[in-house]
Amino acid sequence: MAKTRVLKRIPLSLSERTYLPQIVTGLKTTFSNMFKEKVTLQYPEEKPSIPQNYRGIPTLVKDPNGREKCVSCQLCEFVCPPKAIRITPGEVPDGDVSREHVEKAPEEFEINMLRCIYCGFCQEVCPEEAIYLQDEYSSSGYTREEMINKKDKLYELGGTLPDEHYKWDNKKKAELEGNPH
Amino acid sequence: MLNLELLQVLGLKIFFAFLMVSVVMTFAGYSVLAERKVSAWMQGRVGPNRTVLPFVGHIPFVGSFLKGIGIFQPLADGLKFLFKEEIVPGHVNKVYYYMAPLVALVPALTTMTVLPFGEFFHHSGKSTPLILADLEIGILFILAISSLGVYGIVLAGWSSNSKYPFLGGIRSSAQMISYELAMGLSLLPIFLWVSQPGSSIASLSLVEIANSQNASAWLALVQPLSALIFLVALFAETNRLPFDMPESETDLVGGFHTEYGSFKFGIFFVAEYAHIVIGSAIFTLIFLGGWHFLPWINDPWPSNWVGTLLGTGWFLIKTISLIFFFIWIRWTLPRFRYDQVMNLGWTKLLPLSLANLIFYVILVTWLDLSAATP
Repeated sequence: MAKTRVLKRIPLSLSERTYLPQIVTGLKTTFSNMFKEKVTLQYPEEKPSIPQNYRGIPTLVKDPNGREKCVSCQLCEFVCPPKAIRITPGEVPDGDVSREHVEKAPEEFEINMLRCIYCGFCQEVCPEEAIYLQDEYSSSGYTREEMINKKDKLYELGGTLPDEHYKWDNKKKAELEGNPH
Repeated sequence: MLNLELLQVLGLKIFFAFLMVSVVMTFAGYSVLAERKVSAWMQGRVGPNRTVLPFVGHIPFVGSFLKGIGIFQPLADGLKFLFKEEIVPGHVNKVYYYMAPLVALVPALTTMTVLPFGEFFHHSGKSTPLILADLEIGILFILAISSLGVYGIVLAGWSSNSKYPFLGGIRSSAQMISYELAMGLSLLPIFLWVSQPGSSIASLSLVEIANSQNASAWLALVQPLSALIFLVALFAETNRLPFDMPESETDLVGGFHTEYGSFKFGIFFVAEYAHIVIGSAIFTLIFLGGWHFLPWINDPWPSNWVGTLLGTGWFLIKTISLIFFFIWIRWTLPRFRYDQVMNLGWTKLLPLSLANLIFYVILVTWLDLSAATP
């Protein structure tokens, strides 16, 4: 059982009752604070470090070979709770050697940032690991149209991320070695 | 008939008056910046460092330095107040509502007429104080005028016709009355001391008080208790924390200026800081030796225009340090409760200043008697 301890109230001494020693102590504290390192960031120029797995603006990424990863399967479009994603599927043009492993590519890929709720479902559902929510968190624009991120904008924001699987490369290698699954 | 000489003197006086007003207003404006910067530093922030005039920002080093210390911020603040929409609530008493900011500002600017800030040395070696009007009763004039400043606050509180300004106005008047007494009583021993026989000075003039501290002890060292009481009362009179009863933004929204916006609020704001500037200057003159160098040391500067400039600069340095002290106190201490302020004023400071006065009356009398009987 917790024991109640009654604190003894010591009457204040004369110097304490004048407040002055306490005021001097307080003044010392505030004065020394003036020379401490500042805790604020000069925001637009300096940005806070964003933790890993932060869910920022959804972006499209390319694989380390510079190839478009998205195959326009539209799973993200279906899973998106606020219906912020709209994909217009298109064919990979014949003769594009770098992408002959896939059949489809997005002709247009739009993410409406006025609708996006940053839930990260699109990233979770993507079988190609083509869509990522990265560390960019501030997006602004003057019109509603500006707030819809188009395909080129999405790739510009996304850049290239390291690939752990090289899914298509491995598949092609296996095919060449004669053991396709 | 006005003769030419009189006109010349009059014109010169008007010119000096304009100069003085602009200097004090600049000081008030930059005290606002100092307040923002110092508060920021004390709270681990950086403070205003974005405002910059076009072109100036492109000057290497100097431009970015000026921008960093926010030197152009008062300009932006003032312009903001000027260009804001002027909103007058429907429930106010229009005449007094418009009058209040002016009534608050005018006493703050009037007191500077009797404020000496240096001395001018003639070729003959005589010196004249730099002052707009060298009144024999300078300090009485200041006490009388500066206490009028409360009328602006009371008028604002009353004419706003709204509960928070009203409370702010009431508190302000009560506080002003309580601390005026202690302030006056804390100054009496100073005049007793300065005008004792043996020193040839017998005057209420600020110039004489400042000069009496030349190459002798500062009065703050002679009478520390008077200085302390005067300083506390000064804080109360200028409505600074820990005594900012009329404003008390945490419990009264904005206090007396809750219903004020745009430039009318700006005038209140400037008036508050002008009070601080003038108050610091007065404290420097009475207790910290005015434009004279350190206690017990003769002024190290020569008796010519260089000495005038250095003396005035020294006076300004002291005043600015005191303004810094005002700001420093504000960001250190929390506000007193209203009843605590009244309690402190009437039951602590007033008896203390009376005892202080009686002690110095006896001391000075004893000193006089022992000086008279060799």
